[in-house]
Amino acid sequence: MIRETLKEGGMGMYIVKRLLTMIVTIWLIATLTFIIMKSIPGDPFASDANVLPEEVLQNIRAKYNLDKPLPVQYVLYMKNLLTFDLGPSIQSETRDVNTLIADGFPVSAVLGLQSLVIALLFGILLGIIAALNHNRLLDRLAMFLAIIGISVPSFILAPLLIKYFAVEWKLLPVASWGTWAHSILPSIALATTPMAVIARFMRSSMLEVMQQNYIKTAEAKGLSPATIVIKHGIRNAILPVITFIGPLFAVLITGTFVIEKIFAIPGLGKYFVDSIFNRDYPVILGTTVFFSTILVITLFLVDISYRLIDPRIKLTSRGD
Amino acid sequence: MISQKEDALFRPIDRSRLESDVIQRPSLSFGKQVLINIVKNKMAMLGAILLFAIVIMAIVGPHLVPYSYSDQNLANGSQPPSSKHWFGTDDLGRDMWSRTWYGARISLTVGLVAALIDLVIGVLVGGISGYMAGRGKLGDRIDNILMRIVEILYGIPYLLVVILLMVIMEQGLWTIIIALSITGWVGMARIIRGQILQLKQQEYVMAAQKLGTSHAKIIFRHLLPNALGIIIVNLTFTIPQAIFAESFLSFLGLGVQAPFASWGTMANDALGVILNGQWWRLFFPGFMIALTMFAFNVFGDGLQDALDPRTRK
Repeated sequence: MIRETLKEGGMGMYIVKRLLTMIVTIWLIATLTFIIMKSIPGDPFASDANVLPEEVLQNIRAKYNLDKPLPVQYVLYMKNLLTFDLGPSIQSETRDVNTLIADGFPVSAVLGLQSLVIALLFGILLGIIAALNHNRLLDRLAMFLAIIGISVPSFILAPLLIKYFAVEWKLLPVASWGTWAHSILPSIALATTPMAVIARFMRSSMLEVMQQNYIKTAEAKGLSPATIVIKHGIRNAILPVITFIGPLFAVLITGTFVIEKIFAIPGLGKYFVDSIFNRDYPVILGTTVFFSTILVITLFLVDISYRLIDPRIKLTSRGD
Repeated sequence: MISQKEDALFRPIDRSRLESDVIQRPSLSFGKQVLINIVKNKMAMLGAILLFAIVIMAIVGPHLVPYSYSDQNLANGSQPPSSKHWFGTDDLGRDMWSRTWYGARISLTVGLVAALIDLVIGVLVGGISGYMAGRGKLGDRIDNILMRIVEILYGIPYLLVVILLMVIMEQGLWTIIIALSITGWVGMARIIRGQILQLKQQEYVMAAQKLGTSHAKIIFRHLLPNALGIIIVNLTFTIPQAIFAESFLSFLGLGVQAPFASWGTMANDALGVILNGQWWRLFFPGFMIALTMFAFNVFGDGLQDALDPRTRK
């Protein structure tokens, strides 16, 4: 069975090929990141340089292999990567990068998924309502909401949400992480901009789809408006939204720096930025490899889903 | 008898009826039609007028008051809007009106140039990639390579690239724009590729191919105009995104530095004081960003309607 699908050069072969290219892509991303990271001046021990004697610094550098020539450092890192060992964190002496990710990722993933669901649900709904009422009051209202959502970024919305919902009305906890109530405000703050973008995409492509001939055919057949919108409208109009949420999914579930900082959430987001400023080399590479893995898998799934949504789409010349 | 009956059946045609075949409406070129559609669209015109007004104010606004964007007056700090300072003052006593319009110059330049670069590269890469996918072995390879480049640019930490640029280049407006453009176009490229993958299955593309139309012409004359709605929508996001990305870079110390102002940095500076009730610090830059967004969006929507030949009424 498997052999046959591979031989025919069909979907099976396409998937196998893509999986192999994914590994190459991740390796390229890691290598380029390594080169860029090392060409930026700076030192993870810059703040210790005045306090510690030179011999101690030498020893610390040796511990993290930083005294070796760059090519050796690179090979050592790649070897560890093959065994899924992302190395130690220089900043946090007790935890290695694998533990940082294992601790932070579940928190970021819950938050990211929750906001993605909010954004998708309300974004698609708003977009459809706007398109079906083109240039009428509901359209204007929905697009007004969308413009506000895009114009007010999360770093402005988050403090306002805290001020009213947490401090003044005392409905929800101010910050930190624990119960589900803690995740409501950050999820909303994260979801508004993507929601507005999804609404705009959905409206635009629904307007296009609803004037196609197959919609008129469906109307002529006497299908109910709901069936026409759901089975013929949404399915043909959803493609840009799928393309948009692919990378967004990867970004959101691996955590966002600003929102996690404002709400004091122990997620993964802060390591992406902090590690770069601290020159914490293993953390920079580890988070990059982790993020890239999720990213390339997601983009692959997006490509596959194009075929599921619109079977006419051909991804390769072999007919699949 | 017979002739009479025939007369009843076959009456001579009324000559005036032939005139119904005459084309009454003037034939218009595509450009003219678009212009007429846009001018007739009230919301689109509102957007155009607003944009024009914002640009004019960015040029003359700072000169309308006797304060420069960098004049400090500590004794007069954190004042709410008044007849002297129309938009109030910030904590260093700088006039907010002057700073808002001065900031418009930087924010609009960053937003517009970054959006334009995104559009050009995104359209080229996305258009070629989407069209070539499934077009023979070479086509598959082109799509594969372009999309892997997109993945790599998505994957490399953006901040790292920006810091590297700051090391290599001088700090300033153009460095920010280049930093924003290096990875900015990848979203646009993927959106366009997705649209092209779907559109190229349509009958008119097959017809064009059978008529021997060149690949470039099919991409630019047939496919991209049909994806225009999504392209315009995506373009309208790039502008505020660039404005906010600039403020994020400035916040990290990589962007525009004080005393220079941009809408993004002003909004950012205001975050610390908004909870103390100094609403004007956030309101004016925030409102200007929203107003610019609104203008671009309604103009973009109008443009989408105007460019669609099917909407001629």
